[in-house]
Amino acid sequence: MGKVKKSPWLLHYDGSSCNGCDIEVLATLTPVYDAERFGVVNTGDPLQADILMITGGINQQNAPVVKQLYDQMPRPKVVVAVGTCACSGGVFRECYNMLGGADSTVPIDIYVPGCAARPESIMDGIMKAVELFQKRSDEHDQYEKEHKGEAGPVDPNINTARDKVKMQEMKGAADA
Amino acid sequence: MGKRSVIPFGPQHPVLPEPIHLDLVVEDEKIVEAIPNIGFIHRGLEGLAPDRDFQKYLYVVERTCGICSFGHGLGYVESIEGIMNVEVPERARYLRVVWAEMARMTSHLMWLGFTADAFGFESLFYEAWRIREKVLDLMEMTTGGRLIYSVLKVGGVLKDITPDMQKKILDDLNEIEKETREMTKTFLDDYSVQTRLKGVGVLTKQQAHDVGACGPMARASGIACDMRMRGYEAYSDLGFEPVVAQDGDSYARCEVRINEIFASIELVRRAFEHMPKEGDLSATVKGNPNGEYFARIEQPRGEAIFYSEGHGKPNLDRFRLRTPTFANLQALCETLKGAEYADVPILILTIDPCISCTER
Ligand code: SF4
Repeated sequence: MGKVKKSPWLLHYDGSSCNGCDIEVLATLTPVYDAERFGVVNTGDPLQADILMITGGINQQNAPVVKQLYDQMPRPKVVVAVGTCACSGGVFRECYNMLGGADSTVPIDIYVPGCAARPESIMDGIMKAVELFQKRSDEHDQYEKEHKGEAGPVDPNINTARDKVKMQEMKGAADA
Repeated sequence: MGKRSVIPFGPQHPVLPEPIHLDLVVEDEKIVEAIPNIGFIHRGLEGLAPDRDFQKYLYVVERTCGICSFGHGLGYVESIEGIMNVEVPERARYLRVVWAEMARMTSHLMWLGFTADAFGFESLFYEAWRIREKVLDLMEMTTGGRLIYSVLKVGGVLKDITPDMQKKILDDLNEIEKETREMTKTFLDDYSVQTRLKGVGVLTKQQAHDVGACGPMARASGIACDMRMRGYEAYSDLGFEPVVAQDGDSYARCEVRINEIFASIELVRRAFEHMPKEGDLSATVKGNPNGEYFARIEQPRGEAIFYSEGHGKPNLDRFRLRTPTFANLQALCETLKGAEYADVPILILTIDPCISCTER
């Protein structure tokens, strides 16, 4: 982990997890593992969060909730999928109500595998997220400096260059 | 009469580890009515039963919930063993009790932590979780998993507890008991904790009976209902006594859960004493389930009912699960009526909600 200048705030949302990963995320934040020593703070407020951690897959009912949480977070933001369910749907992939992993609804940056994901690997994911967040906020600051007074990218879905490409692809597919 | 308004609570809320949505109808600061809206974690895993081999479906059932995963596995294998008339070896039955009780301890310690967090006592929250990690370490040593254990199989268990492990467990349990006793003093005797818990969310014995509450929720209201009294697995040999309190408020529920931790420690000790020194770990299972069976077991949160139905094929035709939180949600709505708005987080936590069980 390189030098980080900011302490990102962490928002945790439980998609349709079985609670296993959910509790492990909390265990990671309690003193035995203590992810807070890397500068992250757990928050319950999406408007102030920088890193979104999603546990569990996405189903019909929580898809709009996850989407809304993601949209409410200020840019730049990093999304971490914790657990096999969030990565791909896991054991519940074939259930009738599931849409799939978390990436079916929001773009994911970091995938933490495991069923249940172990606190050590979640910590690894958090460290990667902190690093990525630092990189993105540097880019963001750079952009602000170069385009002083201009409005930033307006589309709230565009977070990274990769999303931009993805959006364009989707647009192209819709036009065709 | 004050003005009525509706405050939505959840699904994403700082005190809620899991999403549940409540529409709270409030009049000034008092709750008039609470309307729960569930379904955010519904996956439909019961629907997978016809697509999976009955042995492999166990691993899906275990993932109903990561906190009471062992209990769900246990209920499922019991229901299949009931259909197929499998005689589980003596030693395996004791091992199941040991794991089930340790899982109960982790669950109750976790709940104590959450409750402390809900009334804003952060260090108590951390203390409870620190002790919980010790139990989790024992679980990891014996089963290989921290939350999802996968040590059960139809007809027995997959892993054994060696004498070395047994010694370590007993040593650590002494330590855990000592530390929990210390923490208990704060939970039960501290003035500021008492002001948040005493007399909050009273559920009378009659109400508990009417809404069909179960588990610690019912026991805190003076109803001695505990499925372990049925004596499934090896409980009949261990002289089990349910823990009951009379007041029916949040304090009583806290007391019941704390005393159950000690009861579980005692049960583990007794199980090790009575356990046959050696023996088979599992019985051979031949053929496919043909018939139906209801299994009822006591989860950390109350009575869970498992129903399996098979017709001689490797796949079950139907699997159904009734979880304790589903029964207790009614009790929650009952206790929320007339409560102060500031007490809502505690009241939600006091039923020990496990939403992912409820919605499956
Ligand atoms: S990955 Fe496993 S432990 Fe995590 S939510 Fe999914 S089933 Fe539960």
